[in-house]
Amino acid sequence: MVNFNRFTLANGLKVLVHEDPTTPMAVLNILYDVGARDEEEGRTGFAHLFEHLMFGGSINIPSYDEPLQRVGGENNAFTSNDITNYYITLPAANIETAFWLESDRMLSLAFSEKSLETQRNVVCEEFKQRYLNQPYGDVWLKLRPLAYEKHPYRWATIGQDLAQIENAKMEDVKAFFKKHYNPQNAILVVGGNIKTEEVKELAEKWFGPIPAGDKYLRDLPKEVEQTEARSLTVNADVPLNAIYTAFKMPARLGENYQVFDLLSDILSQGQSSRLYNSLLKEQQLFSEINAYITSSLDEGLFIVEGKLVEGVSMEQAESAIWTELQKIATSLVSEEELTKVKNKSESIMVFSEMNLLDKAMNLAFYELLGDADLLNVEINKYLSITAEQIQQVAQETFKKEKSSTLYYLANA
Amino acid sequence: MLNRTIAPAFRQVNDINFIKPTANNLANGIPVYTINAGETELVRIEFIFENVNWDVRQPLQAVAANGLINSGTKTLTAMQIAEKVDYYGAFLQTEYGADHTNITLYTLTKHLPSVLPILWSVLNESVFPQHELDIYKQNQKQKLQVSLQKNDYLARKTFAHAIFGDTAYGSDINAADYDQLQQQDLLAYYKAAFQPANCTIIIAGKFVAQDFEVLNKVFGGAWENNAAVTKNDFQFVAEAGKDLYIEKPEALQSAIRMGNLSINRTHTDFPALQILNCVFGGYFGSRLMANIREDKGYTYGIGSGIASLKHAGYFFLATEVGADVCTSALTEIEKEINILRSDLIAEEELDLVRNYMLGSLLGSLENAFSHADKFKNIHFAGLDYDYYDNYIHTVKNITAERLKVIANQYLDWNAMTRVVVGKK
Repeated sequence: MVNFNRFTLANGLKVLVHEDPTTPMAVLNILYDVGARDEEEGRTGFAHLFEHLMFGGSINIPSYDEPLQRVGGENNAFTSNDITNYYITLPAANIETAFWLESDRMLSLAFSEKSLETQRNVVCEEFKQRYLNQPYGDVWLKLRPLAYEKHPYRWATIGQDLAQIENAKMEDVKAFFKKHYNPQNAILVVGGNIKTEEVKELAEKWFGPIPAGDKYLRDLPKEVEQTEARSLTVNADVPLNAIYTAFKMPARLGENYQVFDLLSDILSQGQSSRLYNSLLKEQQLFSEINAYITSSLDEGLFIVEGKLVEGVSMEQAESAIWTELQKIATSLVSEEELTKVKNKSESIMVFSEMNLLDKAMNLAFYELLGDADLLNVEINKYLSITAEQIQQVAQETFKKEKSSTLYYLANA
Repeated sequence: MLNRTIAPAFRQVNDINFIKPTANNLANGIPVYTINAGETELVRIEFIFENVNWDVRQPLQAVAANGLINSGTKTLTAMQIAEKVDYYGAFLQTEYGADHTNITLYTLTKHLPSVLPILWSVLNESVFPQHELDIYKQNQKQKLQVSLQKNDYLARKTFAHAIFGDTAYGSDINAADYDQLQQQDLLAYYKAAFQPANCTIIIAGKFVAQDFEVLNKVFGGAWENNAAVTKNDFQFVAEAGKDLYIEKPEALQSAIRMGNLSINRTHTDFPALQILNCVFGGYFGSRLMANIREDKGYTYGIGSGIASLKHAGYFFLATEVGADVCTSALTEIEKEINILRSDLIAEEELDLVRNYMLGSLLGSLENAFSHADKFKNIHFAGLDYDYYDNYIHTVKNITAERLKVIANQYLDWNAMTRVVVGKK
């Protein structure tokens, strides 16, 4: 149970406070409702590049990191296809420094040319390090445009290619800031050894004067229902053949989202899971095998991926995956197997409350979903799932004509 | 009108409170250290075993015994172990480190009586089935093939071997080492390493007297394993620095890893060296990050650290940089080292680092688990909580002059082994 208080400033900024007197620390987490899905084709990778620029100095404060480190704080951020999330951890006594820094960069950035030039390079190196200079690193650059034809999930957060990042201009940066970085598009969570009254005062003082800006209204293209199996074969200098199969699944707020999550747990969570025992242990077709979901705010993906044991043919490996998927689509999971994955979900939920930053991030994310209270009742959705529901979503989902498969083959 | 150019007032961290464990013994003598703290009804129990019987001809013996310890016992199959642990929502993790092997159980406290007997079976009557060993060998060899295509992995492996040779710290693993793994060798290692005399139990979370009784009932009696043990003991001699280069003509980035033998936590200069390291490459605002990432844009990240092992300490620096700027990056790294040796660190920078390190220490004590981790750092180095008092005192009071002396003593480009994998 994560307790919280909530209020909204006149400019539209939502503020949540989680009081936790057991720690001497505080966190300030701010989620902006913007991700790679809000980019234009041909200018992808921009939400993430922009996240880097948020550390390049703001209108009144030339350096973001330095004053924070000086008060014993640390910070970081991440960008996904859906959101951009910034967080600060610092001794609770110095919480005002976090308000000062975070509010100034919401007010306005410094828009320094030097920062843009450097961060373009840094992000290009990140692109190389994570996606291009690693075996299998470009899988998601290939799989996304296979699984999505219209929705902007067809590109990865890092962007479609290096050139689009290299071409980013200062005018694009300014326009992006104006469009997405304002109080109405943000959720602020403050947690730790602080009082709600104190947070109210500080929020009014530092964030209150920021103009509301325009609310960004998202209108993204929807995927047409898939009716034909898709596939792509890639040859690369990797040691092992690999297969990646993607199925569409409901958005995060979709009715059956949690059913898909449990379905992936039954197939692939830990060493008692089905795919691990059948495909890796008994049949020894794969040296690694996994199933997981992308947890996307719009229509997401259910992925099954594996690396093949040397000498195993792709046909044999793929057909063995499908046999397991058919099995769960045609027969009910046992009560014991279902209880097992539910217990595990419950336990993971309890363990996640050990960490202050995780609690703050979760509150922000569930508030974005519509109501932070959802965080505390989410587990009930998992506990009420039946074997029949699992079977039904498996039946509806695991069809060839709804699959997109990437064959990633080792060069001979 | 709010003046946003003026920073709010702040305070340096003053009170840093460590929760110290209570010490106990099981009936058979195994020492148990417990940090009973936290609101939530969950607990982490670590069974920590010293690595022993190092045999250079079988560098994977301990690694594989650890990796396969939960793959079948006299009474349970691998599948049954996993199913039972999962059924109770628990997590059983095995982790092999340079000096110790940890078998860690995370569970809701209420399930302890159900879960501990499974763990007893794992620690007492593992059989290492041949079939499981064969699968392990096949899959680990495949994973190694993938790792060997990663420049940072190759750099790490090459560096460790150059510094530590054919010891447990530096062994240069290849596929053939997996091929020679034998069931009987794993069993022999298991019987030696996993016994009460070689075990320490560290508990963190909600854990009260009656939970201790449950633990003692399951683990306090005689264990099955009791073979003779030879403790690992390694000695290392520093050699002159050298360049090691593995060329990858197709590389977009080069992995750089460099460093040298240094001191470990037991040395009185260790806290001072940690402060110097922080300035150099130990945090986001470090000189390496400021120069090589934030000014030049050569890399996504660069950092340095000091690792404290039981029989050695070492300093290291690691990064991946654009292949076209690799030589320039090396020049800048050398330049930054030499500046620390020749110039005093400005008071403003040193103050910032002091505050940052104290805040970071405070932030690293957030729950029962992290307090237990702090205890492990000192306990296995043979130190007590004075170490942290001294660390805090040193952070608050060290001078720029002293750090310059430390830099000249411990930070030397010419003494470093410098590994580059990629292109220069």
